[in-house]
Order: sequence, then C-alpha cells, then structure tokens
Amino acid sequence: MRMWFVCRFCCPAAQSNSNPEWEAKVLEYFKGQLREKESHSWVPSLNDVPLHYLKPNSLVKFRCLVQDMFDPEFYMGVYETVDPSTKANVLRCGKYKDVTECGVDLNSRNTVTAERQTFYCVPIPGESPWAKEISFLSARVVPSTSYVPSRQKRSYEEDDDDMDTQPQKQREPHTVMMGGGGEHPHGNGDSKRQETEAPSSQTTAPSDCSSHLDLNFPLPGERGPACLVKVYEGLDSFKLNDTLEIYGILSVNPVLTVIVYPHRDPSLLLLNPTESMETPEEQRAHDPPASLVPRLHMLYARPLQHNNPLLPSAPTEDQSAFVSSFLVEMASVRAELLAYLTHVLLGDGLAAEYLLLHLISNVYTRRDVLPLGKFTLNLSGCPLNSYTERLYQIVQQLVPCSYRLSMSLHTMNSMRLVPKKDYVANRLVSGALQLARNTSLFLDETQLEQGQLDSSGVRNITALGNLISWQKVDYDFSYHQMEFPCNINVLVTSEGRSLLPSDCQVPLQPQVTPPNMEEYLTTIHMAQFTSQINKFRVYLSLARTLDYSISDEVTKAVEDDFVDMRKDDPQSVTAEDLHRMLVVARLLSLSLGQTTLSRDGWMRAKHIDMLRRSRTEQQKSLNGNEP
Amino acid sequence: MPRSSVHLLCISQRHGGWDQKSQIWTHQTKGQISTGVMSFACVSCAQASLFLLVSFSSGFYASPLNILPSEVDMSSPLMYGTPSSRVEGTPRSGVGGTPARQRPDLGSIRKAPQVDLHSEPPSADGAVASEQALGQKLVIWGTDVNVGTCKEKFQRFLQRFIDPTSNEDENAGLDLNEPLYMQKLEEISVVGEPVLNVNCSHVQSFDADLYRQLISYPQEVIPTFDMAVNELFFERFPDSILEHQIQVRPYNALKTRNMRSLNPEDIDQMITISGMVIRTSQLIPEMQEAFFQCQVCAFSTCVEVDRGRIAEPAVCRNCNTTHSLALIHNRSAFSDKQMIKVQESPDDMPAGQTPHTTIVYAHNDLVDKVQPGDRINITGIYRAVPMRENPRQSNVKSVYKTHIDVIHFRKTDEKRLHGLDEDSDQKLFTEERVQILKELASKPDVYDRLSSALAPSIYEHEDIKKGILLQLFGGTRKDFSQTGRGNFRAEVNILLCGDPGTSKSQLLQYVFNLVPRGQYTSGKGSSAVGLTAYVMKDPETKQLVLQTGALVLSDNGICCIDEFDKMSDSTRSVLHEVMEQQTLSIAKAGIICQLNARTSVLAAANPVESQWNPKKTTIENIQLPHTLLSRFDLIFLMLDPQDEAYDRRLAHHLVALYYQSEEQIEEEFLDMAVLKDYIAYARTYINPRLNEEASQALIEAYVDMRKIGSGRGMVSAYPRQLESLIRLAEAHAKVRFSDKVETIDVEEAKRLHREALKQSATDPRTGFVDISIITTGMSATARKRKEEVAQALKKMIQSKGKTPAMKYQQLFDDLRGQSEAAITKDMFEEALRALADEDYLTVTGKTVRLL
Repeated sequence: MRMWFVCRFCCPAAQSNSNPEWEAKVLEYFKGQLREKESHSWVPSLNDVPLHYLKPNSLVKFRCLVQDMFDPEFYMGVYETVDPSTKANVLRCGKYKDVTECGVDLNSRNTVTAERQTFYCVPIPGESPWAKEISFLSARVVPSTSYVPSRQKRSYEEDDDDMDTQPQKQREPHTVMMGGGGEHPHGNGDSKRQETEAPSSQTTAPSDCSSHLDLNFPLPGERGPACLVKVYEGLDSFKLNDTLEIYGILSVNPVLTVIVYPHRDPSLLLLNPTESMETPEEQRAHDPPASLVPRLHMLYARPLQHNNPLLPSAPTEDQSAFVSSFLVEMASVRAELLAYLTHVLLGDGLAAEYLLLHLISNVYTRRDVLPLGKFTLNLSGCPLNSYTERLYQIVQQLVPCSYRLSMSLHTMNSMRLVPKKDYVANRLVSGALQLARNTSLFLDETQLEQGQLDSSGVRNITALGNLISWQKVDYDFSYHQMEFPCNINVLVTSEGRSLLPSDCQVPLQPQVTPPNMEEYLTTIHMAQFTSQINKFRVYLSLARTLDYSISDEVTKAVEDDFVDMRKDDPQSVTAEDLHRMLVVARLLSLSLGQTTLSRDGWMRAKHIDMLRRSRTEQQKSLNGNEP
Repeated sequence: MPRSSVHLLCISQRHGGWDQKSQIWTHQTKGQISTGVMSFACVSCAQASLFLLVSFSSGFYASPLNILPSEVDMSSPLMYGTPSSRVEGTPRSGVGGTPARQRPDLGSIRKAPQVDLHSEPPSADGAVASEQALGQKLVIWGTDVNVGTCKEKFQRFLQRFIDPTSNEDENAGLDLNEPLYMQKLEEISVVGEPVLNVNCSHVQSFDADLYRQLISYPQEVIPTFDMAVNELFFERFPDSILEHQIQVRPYNALKTRNMRSLNPEDIDQMITISGMVIRTSQLIPEMQEAFFQCQVCAFSTCVEVDRGRIAEPAVCRNCNTTHSLALIHNRSAFSDKQMIKVQESPDDMPAGQTPHTTIVYAHNDLVDKVQPGDRINITGIYRAVPMRENPRQSNVKSVYKTHIDVIHFRKTDEKRLHGLDEDSDQKLFTEERVQILKELASKPDVYDRLSSALAPSIYEHEDIKKGILLQLFGGTRKDFSQTGRGNFRAEVNILLCGDPGTSKSQLLQYVFNLVPRGQYTSGKGSSAVGLTAYVMKDPETKQLVLQTGALVLSDNGICCIDEFDKMSDSTRSVLHEVMEQQTLSIAKAGIICQLNARTSVLAAANPVESQWNPKKTTIENIQLPHTLLSRFDLIFLMLDPQDEAYDRRLAHHLVALYYQSEEQIEEEFLDMAVLKDYIAYARTYINPRLNEEASQALIEAYVDMRKIGSGRGMVSAYPRQLESLIRLAEAHAKVRFSDKVETIDVEEAKRLHREALKQSATDPRTGFVDISIITTGMSATARKRKEEVAQALKKMIQSKGKTPAMKYQQLFDDLRGQSEAAITKDMFEEALRALADEDYLTVTGKTVRLL
C-alpha cells in the first residue's frame, strides 16, 4: 500500500495531455484501491494524526461535517509555464493543487480554466471521546512519516480522564526535529506546530496571524483540525451539514500561509481589483494559514450514515453479515441495556424504556413539512444537583455524538444557537444547532431559573421549539432566513413539564433515593465492562439503521383498535396520540430487532403508552393546576 | 503572431464615443504584433477612408491621425493618444460636440489580451489594394464582429423595432406601434439623460445573429452600438446637448439566469443574473490614466492603466533623464467604482446548500444605484482575473478571482413602492412545462386533484384545503381608481379556528413552504412593528432605512399568522387596513408613506377555552373583534368530528403515512413542484372575467342569501359577502386556466362559502346560519333577547311606582325572580346600559336612579 505516492502521477499525466480521460481514470484507480479490504484503514486520518506528522501532498482521510460552502472558484486546470531546467514551454496540471509552479504564462492559449468549490469542514461536532479513541486505535497506520507507533496514545487531554496522557515534554524534541522535514521544506514548521497543538493557549503567535483565528466550530470548546476541502466532482451531491469521510490530497504549502494584508501595499490596493475585493475578515476566513487550516483536495468522499467506529461504515456485504450476526443477540443486549438504564434512572423501568426508544429514534422520512420518526423525550421530575449532568455523561458514553446544552438564563441569552451568515467575512458563523445527523442533543432545563429572556433568548427558545417540532433550523441570512432540515435527537430534562414542546413526556418516578447521587451513578457506570458498553453502543447505532414495515393485516388491526378506543371516549385518544403510538410501536419493534410490526408489538406499544399517560395524568392531578 | 500582416481597423475619434486609438498602443506594448506591416482602416468615415501602412517596431507609437507613416515624427507630442475621458483634450466631433465618456464597465478595451483587429480571409492578406472592397470583411480580432455591419444592423434595429405586445413598465406612455427605440431616443433628447437601455430579447427577436454577437463579444459590440446610436441620434437631433455621448446599456440577456449556473464558459460574455445585494462598498476612485511629470524638464506624459497596473516610464522622452518622472495625483484621471456583493436569491437555490455570492463592480453613474437588501437583475460582463503575481514568488495560487462588470441594474422589487406592475418577477416556464400544466388543467377533476395534493399529510378537511387552494390562486385584480373606489381586493383571506392539535399549524407551515412570497409569523411573537414596517438607522451609513415587516414582505404572497387570537390588540388593528385596502400607511420618524401589502392572510386561531364550545358562537369562542372577522372571506372550523367512519379513515391515513414508501406517495399525489408551477402560472397568465351567466348566477346567489334572513327579520348577507363570492369564483376559474368565470365557478364558490358559513356562522341557539354573528359580532336572536330583557326591566321599574333610586343588587334579584328565563349578570348590565342610553336612568356605583 503506497497509495499516497500514487497521487504524484496524476500531475505528470496531465502534461502529456494526450489522454483526456486521465482524470476519470485517476478517480477510478483511487476508488478501486480504497474499496479493497481494509485499505482505507491504511490512509492516515487528519482526525487522529497531528498535522505536522503528515507529509504534504500525501493521501489522507478526514471524517468531518460540512460547515460552510464557499463560492465556486475558477482555477487554472492546465497552464503553461517554462521549465526551469530545460527552458522549454511545458503544460502543467493545476488540478488537486493550490499553487502553480514557476511562472505562469497568463496569456497562453493553452490555459484551461476549470471550476471547483471549497467546503469548510470541521470534525463532527460533539463526537464522543470514546468514538474518537476507538477510531484512532483501529487505524493501523503509521503514515509514511516518522510518526512513531508508540505515540499512538496521543492525548485527548481535555476529553477523558481514563486515557493515558502522553506527557507534553516527551513530544517536544521530536517535533522540532521534524519541523523542517518533508520534501517541501518550509521555514515556519516550528510555529506551525505551536498553532496546531495549542490554538487556544497560544500567546506568542507568529506575526502574520496575530489576530485570533476563529475556526468556527459549531460547539464551544471543540478542537481539532478544520479543513478547507476543494471539491472537483459532484458538487450538487453535497449538502451543508453532511457528514463525510473525505479522501484527498493534503496541501499545506507555506505560500498559502502568507496572508497578504492590504495595508502592506496601499498603492496596489487602489489599483488591483483583486485586492480590494476582500475585507481582511474575509481573507482570514477564506484563506487562513495552511498550517492551521490545511487544504484537502478531494478525490473521493463517502457519506457517513453514522460515525460509530464499532460498526462497519460502508454498506457492503460484511456489514449485512455483521447486522445479521448481531440481530441474534439483539434481544439480550436490549435487556441488559434496559437494566442498566433502569439503574441509571433510579430504578424507573418505564422511563428507561422510553429513554432507550428515544436513543434509537431517527427521522427516517419527511412528508411535506412533517418529519416522521422523531421522538423528542421530555424527562420531567429530574432530581436536581448535578443528576442531569451525570445522566448526560452516561448518555455520552453510549452514543457517538452528543451535546449537552445547559439551558441557564445566561446561556440562553448569550449563546448563539442558530448559525448566522456573516456578510463581512462572507462565511456562515456556526451555532450550536449546526449538528450532524443523529446527534443527541441533551437540553438541561433544570438549569433554568426565573428571570428575563432578552430578544436573543426568545429567538433561541423559538429555534429550539422549531427544531423539536419540525426538525429544522432556520439559518439567519440577515435579509432572509433559510430552512435547513436536520435530524437531531432531543432529550429534555426538566423539573416540571418542559416549556419546550416534546413528542412524549415521562415524569421520572425514582424507586431508590441514594444518599449520594454521584457515588451511586459512578458505581453503576464502573460496574459495566467496556465490552458490555461497546455492545450497547453497537446496539443503539444498529437498531437505528434497520428497515421497518407494517403489513396490511396489522394496519387493519391498528385501525380497528383506534376506532375502538375512540368509541369509548373520543377525547382520550386523538390523532396526535395515534401519531405517537405509531412511532413508539416502530421504535419498540426495532429495539427488539424486529423489522415488521406485529400485533404483539402494537399491543405492547399501546400498553407502555397507557402506563405513561396514567403517570402524567397522576402528575396533573397532583399538581392540580398544571395545564 | 503568425501572420505577416495585420489589418487594423481604426475608428477615428470623430465618429463615436470610443477611444479606439489606445487600442493600438496596448496592442503594441504587449508585443503581440511583432512583425510585418499593419494597415489601418477607418471604415466609419467613408469619405476619408484612410489606410495607413505602418511599418512597425516595438517602441513605436502609431498615430491615428491622417498622416503618412513615413512622416511620423517620433518626438511629436501627437504621438500620445489624447484620452477621451478628459473633456478638454477631446476633439470636438461632428456630432454636436458632445464629449464621449469612457466606459469602464466594458473594461477598458486595452486590458483585454485578445482584443485585436485582423482580416478574416487569409487569402486577402497583403492585398492592400483591395482593402476597400474587403471593407465588409474586416472583423475585430478574436471575434466575428464586423464593425460596419454590426453598426448598420443595430441602426436598423433601432429604427425599425416594434413590439406591440410590450408590457414593460419602462415603456409606459410610449406608442407601441411606433419604433420603440426611436421614441426612447426622442425621450433622451428631451430629458437629457444619455443612456439607452436596450432589451436583449428585442435584439434577439429582431436579429438573432446580432444578439449572439452581443452576448459573446459584449466588449466589442457594445461600443459599436454606442457609435451607431450616437450617429443616429445626432443626425436626428443635431441641436441636442447632452452631458456626454449616449451609452447603450443592454439588459435581459437570456444566456444565464442563475448565479449557480455560471461557469468558465461564461467568462467575458454578457450575462444576466438575479440576486440580492448584501453589501456595497464605499466609492473607490479608480485611476484610469496616470499623469507623470518630469522633475527635470517638466515634460508631462500620460500613461493608461493596463490591467490594474501603471507602467511607469523609466526615461523622460524629452530630456532623456532616467527615473525623473513623478506621478501627479490631481492631474490623473479617475473614475468612480463601487464594489457590490450580490447573493443568490433564495428561490434559485437547491435545498440544503448555502447561497453563492458574486462580486459586482459598478462604474460611474451606476455607483450607489442599489442598496443592500435590494433584489436586482444584473446585466454585465463576467470576468476572471488571475490572482496577483508576487514578483518575489515564482509559485502563485492557481485561482482566478471572478467578478461582474455591471452594465445595467434592474431592481425587481422596486415596484412594490409604486404599484405599477402586475407581476414583476415573472417566472419563466419552459415550453414542456407549460404543456404539462395545460394538460393538467384540461382534466375535468383538476380542482379535486390540486386540493388533494395540498398538504397530503393532513387528513381530510377537503373543504378547507379547497378554500386554501382558491386562496393560493386569488381573484382577479381590478382597478377602479378612476371611478374613485380604488383597488378592489383580489386576495382571499381565510381564518381557521378550532381545537388545538387539529394540524392547523401544519397547514400553515405547508402553505408557507409552498408559496414563493410566503411569510410565517406567530401571533404571540409578533408586534405591530414586526408585521408592518419600521424605520431603522443603518449602523454603517447612519441613514434612516425603512425595514419592512412580514405583511409587506408577503406582498403578492400569503402571510400565515399562527395563534391569531394571542395577538395583542394594537397589532391586530394594523390588519384592518391591510385586509381590506391592501395597503399599509406609515408615519414614523419623518417617513410618511403608503406601502402596498397585497397579501392574503391565512390565520389560525384557538378557542379561548382551549376546547371549542359548541354552545357558543364563533365570536364568543375566539373572542376576536367582528370588524376583523368580517374581513375574512372564509372562516373554517377545524373540529374533531367524533364519528366512527371518520376515525377509521383517519387511522388508515395515519398508518399509511408511516409505512408507505416515498414512491407510493409520489404516485398518489401531485409533486409539490408541479403544484407550485401551476399556481405561479395561473397567477401570472390567467385573468378571468365574469361572463353574462356567471354575473346572473352571482346576483341570484346574493339575492338568495339576503332572502334567507329576511324571513326572520334579519340581514343575512352584505355586499362584502358578494365580493367574497366573486373572488372565489374567479379563483376557481383560475384553477381551470379559464379566462371566463362561468356558472360552475359560481356554483363552487357558493358551495364553499355556504360550507364555511355553516360552520362558523351558525347560531348555536337557533341552529340557523346567521351572518350577523360575523358582521356585527352578535346574532340577531341575541340582539332580540337583549331588547326583551331591557323592556322587561323597564316595565318592572315602572311597576314599582315612583321610586327615584334603587339598589342595584335588589333590582337584579327582582328581575331574576320575575323572569322565567335565566338572567345572567351580564344580561342585566346590558339591559341597564340600554336603558341608560335611552336616558331613562343612570347607574352610579351601586344605585340606580331614574331620570
């Protein structure tokens, strides 16, 4: 496997220009190679390997979310230049490259202008530490650099305490040695390392990027490489917020790092239209230093259905084999998981059941404006004092992507939830609701206190309400709004009924009242083996992807049932209830690994919904004036 | 340059506003012509017909003047081209002495590498003697444009083009049967604004080849047009005085419509795209010509800016001192320039992607013509400029910067303030699409088909969907302003009320997503300001800007208002004007204006008592002022019907929703896109009028409605209801793509109106439909009863004899005791008030005094 060297061939191939299909062939070749078993695990990943360990112009992969799409750009697909050694005019290929070589003859008739687009990609927001860790460990490569395998346990200092942290000191001398290495020597290798390693704590930044560079991550406190991905083919197939695994050629040419500030040469600013077009903010956003935001020239991108590293990611034969083998276990894993969740939810079995259903819910289709399959859960009656926080940590251990939004007055008023277009920098400033599909959003309403929401707070609450009801976020383009559909599992924990809408409210009824909550939850968590937890993780991701159908026979039965229920008391069951019960039935069947709805499944769904309703009713009569 | 001789076409300054000389300079400086003999031909002035044979060497400056090349004096100041942009240096031409003006929007000709002139047939090369005969074959280098032919064609176009069907607002007041552009020239001579806007589609229909040339080589063809139009103009109006020569501004190039479809092939071509202005820069003075003066001998020279650079002369040509020339800023020539950023309009974008932006440069008088937020159509030349080369680096970024040099702006939404046009943004439909739509329209069940395609996920409520469908189509707009009645409302307003959770919001959401100019607001969250308009100070320019709210934004669209009942009274009061007059008056912060808000309102309201109380009237249930309710054409109740058959169908529908695959659904229902186009097409092109039978049917319907009530002594219909019927009938005719409103349309309008009334205006006490519930807020029976109570009270007081004052509570108790019907406190108070109005008694505190 020496694929990353192959990419060098694509450029000489252009020089001959005799074979116009070379571009297609190159792509074909790479796709073919990557299809081969496990070959993709040989490609180093930008997610795992620090940038300065990777060789420029080598093949890398990047698991990411498309955060913003920049305007298309025209580049020199083929250009003419003078070969410095032979002094002859030669044609060169500009594809998969940022920078031209030697002087370009701009007036040459052989110049071919082509089009490409740039995507701004960030690592998947809210990716759980365990997912990062496992995908890191499963990567078997050591790239063609001197990145030594013994360093695999690279630190995710901020993420997890049970990870082996590599002492900072040990790494230092090594990297300094490597700084100027590689085949394109660049002078600022040293400063580059500093930037990638510690973007936040950076104090002595190199002069040319002195102003703070906002990498525009959707969630606060995230880190990891952001990447400018140059896309050549199939531009229309990509959408904002898609999660992709991109294979491409890494480009960190230091030429890109030189930010040309307009104030460097005021006379040129006046005369050269290309200079005055962009504001400094825009330049910073669109041409950040390559050492901080590397460029990736996409060869091939695979849309990710999920980012769970424990599951085979591609829908290939071995995935279906994997699924069928796991289906056998499904029921038993479900029972174990249910028991686990019951413990976590202080012995409340019903709430645990609903939580489980919530965790595998998924918007599987949309009927005009109506998203189907969403299942927002409102867990009311949560004990205060950091219980919710611990609960989130446990959820985080189970799902590959999650984020806890503590809905305190301050955060609601100050945080930016909805992405907003910044016209000065010409980019989409991300917000916390710009999340990948199937991310678990944990809204902690227990943190909310009395007080006044200002206008941005009201907007944020409205955005959350829209997200829950319609599974869409209206991005703010200042002159108009644009609707982006999303698929986010929202879990609301609250004391009373949540002020946000929800598909289903379950009042928590703790059976045990442990004196020390922290300790109680920690012991439960510790009691699980990693292998067990891994099984849960696979289970949750897998149950979501299963197909589902309802036979005509059961359809009939459901209809009859509905009519019967309405006969007794039309007020008790409404269309909305039927909607919910159908979702519950679906999730319940899937949670058991059944892909069709059986009569049994329907009855069980009805049953647990009854239990839940009687519980809410009880709550109502207790509180009396609850609406 | 492979050819040994090149023919250069020289158009002398005298013949048009085009600085042709300099073309030759650059041409040389670029060194593209390195050998041979050049011949200059000025075909524009046949009487002179000069052919200059110029032997060429680098560093030689050819003169456009009428001198033989052998006599050229290298040191003569004549060698320098006089820039046309400066008035004092411009030779007064024969055409009225009007100075030409540079057109930076076309990009200075000398900047383009490929612009050159040469003779087409290679066989003619060198055959200098036959030049005259070959005059017709000379073309501009790199193109197939022959200046003479092109000019002639364009002049013919201007003189002959007639478009009797034109309905553009620019042409308002022109005689459509006369040559259009000649009238415009006349206008120019009167108004004195030397700009001629030319619609490219006119050019296309007149001469397709000319149009192709215009699109492909705008940089060459437009100056030729300029020349042509100026010759023509000054021939016609030799005495006119213009600021500068007329400039031709073509617009509406059909080549490209969408920013997204711009691609490398469009570079240097003329395109038209639509978009929204998001940012404008400050004015940028762009140097056109640099003025250098020698520090030693004060010899001065001018250098044209070439591709954003000035080639600073290294040696003074007068005294031969090196590096003695200094740039004198205030003697250099500058032109105005502005950078404008334009974003794709939201309608053009595929779902799930972000809008693209494009940089546009406006020059000279187009600067400051647009503001951020404006929706505009831009016609211009698409440019790609390589990134600046850094002399210190051999490697450069291989990326071009693209922009558009704007030639013409056309605001698409400016009419909103003037109310001139019918439909500004006419959607273009392809032939096939129109065919599909017409086919659909010809089906007998199109009405049912469309209504079932509307929000398929919402179950039943067929009549409501039909009502909304008619709302989407709208009535025919009528203008009675001449007779003093102003505009008649053509928009249908609909109110949905009903129990919570009956998918009212979902319907609203669907409609909002369906129509291009839809707005969705919730009553709870909107203020009067948010609905109407407000004046804001722009943080950058400190200018007061009028920001329009939801109602104005949905002009020509639908404004969906959820939770209508939760709206504050002050907010709701705004709607009174909008829902009948269709305008919005604003008087704030020194801005007084009336905006058009021709919007249909689709509102949803919940009953006050969370559940609909069937024992109460609509008004009592939703507690909205009747003045507002009467402005709704249709008021529907969305109630849970609570019967078994309905339940079964509902259950079937919902379950199907959950297990049917996407394809099955597609088969059953019309595509949303088709529905959208269908509506857009009907709204744009179909304007039905009532025919005789339909008018009769309407009259009958109205008389019938009036009759129903008159039997019981109450009014059951008002002219407003008649207007509603007309609107609905017209909308139904639109659904059928019919230009005539026929009886079937009236029948359906009647039926729907009756259905809606049956639901909303039934008096729960009598079971009769009573329109006065909606128009006056009280049913006739209720009014009658109020009267009765008051009379009973009066009688009782009279029977008590001469007591000047009574206790309030006692009186109430007495009345309750006396009456057989239950008397509430409200009713009692109402009766007291009625008597007080009659000046029979007064109520002060707890005592009632007789007068």
